[in-house]
Amino acid sequence: MLKESPLNPSHAISRRLVGAGDFFLEPLQKGQTLRIVDVEGNQAADTLFYNLADIAERYSAVDTVRTQGNIYLEAGTRLISTEGRVMLEITADTVGRHDTLGGACASESNTVRYDLEKRHMHSCRDNWMLALAINEKYGLTKRDITHNINFFMNVPVTPEGGLDFDDGLSGPGKYVEMRAEMDVLVLISNCPQLNNPCSGYNPTPIEILIWDIA
Amino acid sequence: MGVRAAQRNPAEAQKIEAAEKQKSFGSFLQKRTFFLPWFNAMTHYKTHLPGGKHWSFTMRSGSTLRLTDIEGNGNAGMLLYNPQNLLERYNAPDTLKCQHTFHLTKGHCLYSDMGRVLCAVIDDDLGWHDTVCGTTTRAMIDDKWGKLTYQQALNDFRQSGQEAFLVEALKYGLSRRDMAANVNWFSKVVADDSGNLTYVPNHSQPGNSLTLRFEMDTLVLLHTCPHPLNPSETYPSQPIEIEIAAAPPESADACKTSAPENGRGFANNAIYHQHTAHTC
Repeated sequence: MLKESPLNPSHAISRRLVGAGDFFLEPLQKGQTLRIVDVEGNQAADTLFYNLADIAERYSAVDTVRTQGNIYLEAGTRLISTEGRVMLEITADTVGRHDTLGGACASESNTVRYDLEKRHMHSCRDNWMLALAINEKYGLTKRDITHNINFFMNVPVTPEGGLDFDDGLSGPGKYVEMRAEMDVLVLISNCPQLNNPCSGYNPTPIEILIWDIA
Repeated sequence: MGVRAAQRNPAEAQKIEAAEKQKSFGSFLQKRTFFLPWFNAMTHYKTHLPGGKHWSFTMRSGSTLRLTDIEGNGNAGMLLYNPQNLLERYNAPDTLKCQHTFHLTKGHCLYSDMGRVLCAVIDDDLGWHDTVCGTTTRAMIDDKWGKLTYQQALNDFRQSGQEAFLVEALKYGLSRRDMAANVNWFSKVVADDSGNLTYVPNHSQPGNSLTLRFEMDTLVLLHTCPHPLNPSETYPSQPIEIEIAAAPPESADACKTSAPENGRGFANNAIYHQHTAHTC
């Protein structure tokens, strides 16, 4: 379901461009709205959320897809925590479908998927590791790196049980927007993957906008 | 030399791994059982877990775990960790994406987040096991089937999958932060072209089984709590039979060659075992 946002970017309290292969780690207060813009198109934003008051409670891909009875995220999807609570709700989306099954690229999974000699290539999971390492104040470690959302990514599943990585449905300027239903910590890796079409073999920037409580 | 060769050449990696397996605990026991028949009892352990219960154990590299759904309609929730480094654990998304699959069955490998094969599905009667629907919480059990406490029902009290995992996890220093997307053996949930999920009832028949061959030492957290989408009106409580045995060295070969990705996964295992002396 495509749904445009009524929010005006000029009213946002924060706008930040995140380059390909860089991370975004910031708190988002209950009631605030976060927009991720696929600035040049065909990008993937690998995203995790934590309850700011109890980081052991975090976004759960499996609880989210099971609760809504559908594997794709779109406008209206409620992002469910490991405790079964609504963390955020997707309030606008001009893409139509986002993945939460495919997980994040990693040095280690790159060796399996592509070649053992690609282990040195930059990846979302290494990007998150650095984000956590230089932001010790949040108390997050590798054990907190879990099963994420891939905004803008298209990972169709077939009724026969196959799973594929297709060219994205996203395009330049398309965005997804979500409102926090609790105070959360947002961790995003702007995907640096060069080995598959999820970034169009050419990773590009994303923009993060935040609006205060309406 | 071995590692460099393994990096260059998957065939070399397989040779290293085969040599490694000759030294492994499983084949050690197997060779010696010929001379020491009474040892056989120690290489094979069979038990069962009643419905709605939990257990944990460490599988040695080169051993097999066979699960059998004794009465049908069972569910076995599973999480896996490397006991030498608990931060390395089963990663459902990595497992699914590298094998281009939404389900698990014979020929598939279960991957850790470190690009290694924890275990391979070497036998399976069912053709489909779920790993995308998570497990039941206390609230879900109480809402769906009604609360039944230990005081009311003694050991027939209704446990949730999440609590079952946590009880076992705490025994190894793991906690809520270490929970992950689990496997639900014996359960099938399909997605249609629009992504809508449907639980397939009566998927597992009495006596259906699957066998995992472990490719590295692995801590297994196991529960027999119901699948969260099981529509049964009464709390499903199906027992699962558990058999642990030593495995023939070549038993996972079909999984190794089922996809080029798995060849590379096994090569990662060979490199790992080459550099650590923990296989026996």
